[in-house]
Amino acid sequence: MTPSHDVLIVGGGGAGLRAAIAVVESDPQLSVAIVSKVYPMRSHTVSAEGGAAAVIRSGDSLEEHAHDTISGGDWLCDQDAVEAFVKEAPEELLRLEHWGCPWSREPDGHIAVRPFGGMKQMRTWFAADKTGFHLLHTLFQTSLQHERIVRYDEWFVTTLLVDDGRVCGVVAIELMSGRIEAITAKAVILASGGCGRVFPFTTNASIKTGDGMALAFRAGAPLKDMEFVQYHPTGLPFTGILITEAARAEGGWLVNRDGYRYLQDYDLGKPEPKPVLKSMELGPRDRLSQAFVKEAEKGRTVDSPYGQVVHLDLRHLGETVITTKLPMVRELCLDYENIDPVRELIPVRPVVHYMMGGVHTDIHGATPLSGLYAAGEVACVSINGANRLGSNSLPELFVFGARAGHAAADFAAGAVDPGPAVLAQARDERRRVERDLLRRDGGREPISAIREEMQETMEQGAGIYRSADSMTKAADKLRELQERFRSARIEDHSRTFNTELVAALELSFMLDVAESIVHSASRREESRGAHQRTDFPARDDKRFLAHSLIHRDADGSSRVEYPPVTITRWPPGERVYGR
Amino acid sequence: MADRIILQVTRYRPERDKTPTTQDYEIPLRKDWSVLDGLNHIKDHVDGTLSYRWSCRMGICGSCGMTVDGEPKLACATFLTDYAPGPLRVEPLSNFPVVRDLVVEIGDFMDKLSTVKPWIIREDEQPPADGEYLQTPTELEEYKQYSMCINCMLCYSACPVYGLDPDFLGPAAIALAQRYNLDSRDQGGHERLDVLSAAEGVWACTYVGECTRACPKDVDPAGAIQRYKVTAVNETLKSFLLPRGKR
Amino acid sequence: MSENVDYSGFYARWYRPRVSRFWWLRRRSYLLFVLRELSSVFVAWFVVFLLLLVRAVSQGEREYQRFLDLSATPWMLALNVVALFFVVFHTITWFNLAPQAIVVRLRGRRVPGRWILILHYLAWAVLSAITAWVILG
Repeated sequence: MTPSHDVLIVGGGGAGLRAAIAVVESDPQLSVAIVSKVYPMRSHTVSAEGGAAAVIRSGDSLEEHAHDTISGGDWLCDQDAVEAFVKEAPEELLRLEHWGCPWSREPDGHIAVRPFGGMKQMRTWFAADKTGFHLLHTLFQTSLQHERIVRYDEWFVTTLLVDDGRVCGVVAIELMSGRIEAITAKAVILASGGCGRVFPFTTNASIKTGDGMALAFRAGAPLKDMEFVQYHPTGLPFTGILITEAARAEGGWLVNRDGYRYLQDYDLGKPEPKPVLKSMELGPRDRLSQAFVKEAEKGRTVDSPYGQVVHLDLRHLGETVITTKLPMVRELCLDYENIDPVRELIPVRPVVHYMMGGVHTDIHGATPLSGLYAAGEVACVSINGANRLGSNSLPELFVFGARAGHAAADFAAGAVDPGPAVLAQARDERRRVERDLLRRDGGREPISAIREEMQETMEQGAGIYRSADSMTKAADKLRELQERFRSARIEDHSRTFNTELVAALELSFMLDVAESIVHSASRREESRGAHQRTDFPARDDKRFLAHSLIHRDADGSSRVEYPPVTITRWPPGERVYGR
Repeated sequence: MADRIILQVTRYRPERDKTPTTQDYEIPLRKDWSVLDGLNHIKDHVDGTLSYRWSCRMGICGSCGMTVDGEPKLACATFLTDYAPGPLRVEPLSNFPVVRDLVVEIGDFMDKLSTVKPWIIREDEQPPADGEYLQTPTELEEYKQYSMCINCMLCYSACPVYGLDPDFLGPAAIALAQRYNLDSRDQGGHERLDVLSAAEGVWACTYVGECTRACPKDVDPAGAIQRYKVTAVNETLKSFLLPRGKR
Repeated sequence: MSENVDYSGFYARWYRPRVSRFWWLRRRSYLLFVLRELSSVFVAWFVVFLLLLVRAVSQGEREYQRFLDLSATPWMLALNVVALFFVVFHTITWFNLAPQAIVVRLRGRRVPGRWILILHYLAWAVLSAITAWVILG
């Protein structure tokens, strides 16, 4: 008997769990399930540190949050989506509070907020510096009271089932036993996160391999704005572990080898002893990462065993502030760098952190493919445009997770059951996985070699600064790697918890996603937000105030279209920081 | 310091092995490397068939619990140089069934989590649009420590009671129940009373204290359990003395 | 709800290691724990011994003298010395655990564990002093 549900959600992190609860609450008749390749509390939402933004202070306004987001996104955000987002964010975060999230508080018991990069007002709610951890565990624990939510824990989705232009479910491997099953559904919501592991240095966990993006792409849904990859300015050099922006919001400084706060040289304001909103270290992430590259070119960064770094100076904050507001930062530095930020400088460098691009959806979370929805980092609505502001991604999970859940529930309530043709597709998929991967003999290179070369290629070809030449080389190399993957070595033929098979499937997804990033990037001939080109250094609103929408055609080639950005109230302007 | 170290890793492939065996791997000994980095080196460059769970590599997701030289540890937060010159034993988390190599089955724990009703229970729900439930920093401190659990299950692995009696509710589940019991916004303590004060609940705990010692996040589950014993006794007394009284 | 459903046709045999009868020897902390639990037996013995003393006193001079002679025999002495060691061990280990179980808040902050500990030792000292004064004074 093929398992079957009304709504099936791929991914059990913040967006996926919120979507499941939205389905349950919107229609008691619907059957809803979450399929996740890890147990939900391992989802990458758990690593988010700094906070979640929503308008709550009396001096703040939805317009200001929207404007900060839109200018932060270098005007590539769809303003109708941003307006909906800033409006719904406060209630979503309050809902999480009601469900138990231990938000940090003012002495009078109200929710506390802190400043954050690119925001003109303090509106970032936080739970110490483990905001994502607390949000995910609160959401997961609350979801346990809804026994109607069925969970397929540690099932790895290998493909979407599509029948007659409509998504009808998935095929997934139960990792525990190795069996490969179809799970049919009237609607599927992708909530599987981003793809940071396509790059070599990333804050992302090992599971962030762009699965949902590749699944959608292969099924015929377009990806949007894939060229916009966010580098977070402060990651630890060897591990890539995130040092939260909150460290800068509390007053940390970025200094070069001479102890000089170099950001003042890059039109980000004048250095003040205390943090100034939207200035210097509280500027947007793309500009800070780009400043690092320029400093390195000038030879003013610090040598370290793991490449060039700069220093994050928290010493002047004092031990009390660090232990109350930034306890995890201190733990991470002590454990992974043997450094106490109370007394020493922290070595940091930009590392890949977030994917602004993703599966194209409208403001309800619906993709152009009937029955397919997406929410969270896997999706691109777009509210983040060309550069995401810190603390916008956590509320994004809940606002669009809920929207996608409601939309999928509405669709499923009126949809017919998937036809029998999907079962034949499922059988084909099972045979493909077993034949091509599980039973593969011989093979030359290990999976890790191809993966490492892909990551290196992406860093060189599509990093913080790109050029036509670097991207062409990257595109060619990725083509070659796709070929070499076909004869990669897979030694593990076991059915039981075969992580080498998982690594191979993930690499296959990552190669598709990497190619879509490079193709989108090479066609955008301007610099905007996180996409910076040495050969086209200026922003070009005439040609490129539009999203890059990349489709995969039946023959495997890809084409890029440019639907315009939705502008409602804020015509494109200059991004101003520090003035 | 030598520049190589030997990891003695448990292997178990149920299709062909009746019981687990040990395989030795010699790997570079780098001063920055955690045990997880060592395992990743093995999987990527030496033996692709080694299976284990990991994700965040920064000690927050709870995936990589293993027994390292006899002690339950997070592989990503345990460093090779602390065990030099080695050899170093890497085994699956004890007290759980072994599925494959270093992967254990945690379904029992997942089921137990649900039984303690780990969610806010209130008689008077207010709509979120009306604003937050007020909670002072002091009230937050009451339960904050118990909210830090990353579900890594090192405590279950360290607990001899759980090893001998798998029906024991266990440290993390009870600490999670306390996280909600002590949350000023929760009014559901009486709903958790039955499962916590059952024979397999807090009373199965003999206060060995190993769970707290093993916990990488300072949750102090042993403290949570003992405190609940006091609560359970109080509640039981109250129900005798005031049978129809407000709980 | 997450049920791991049937594995028919697929090979998945979980290995469940048996817990050794000597699990308590595997770690120093386990051994200390078992000794701590065992010490309760000696606490019980002291209670019995005290009751026997009370009974001997209540039955007059001769019974009391017999009791004293019995107490002076080598094996009884040895037993009581061992018991004394275990009772002190019992007390110290349980005192050490008390701060973890007793959480007291004064003016919004948690009283540090070491004060709970000190109060326990203080109470022990005071009660011992009173007992000594009653018996010897």
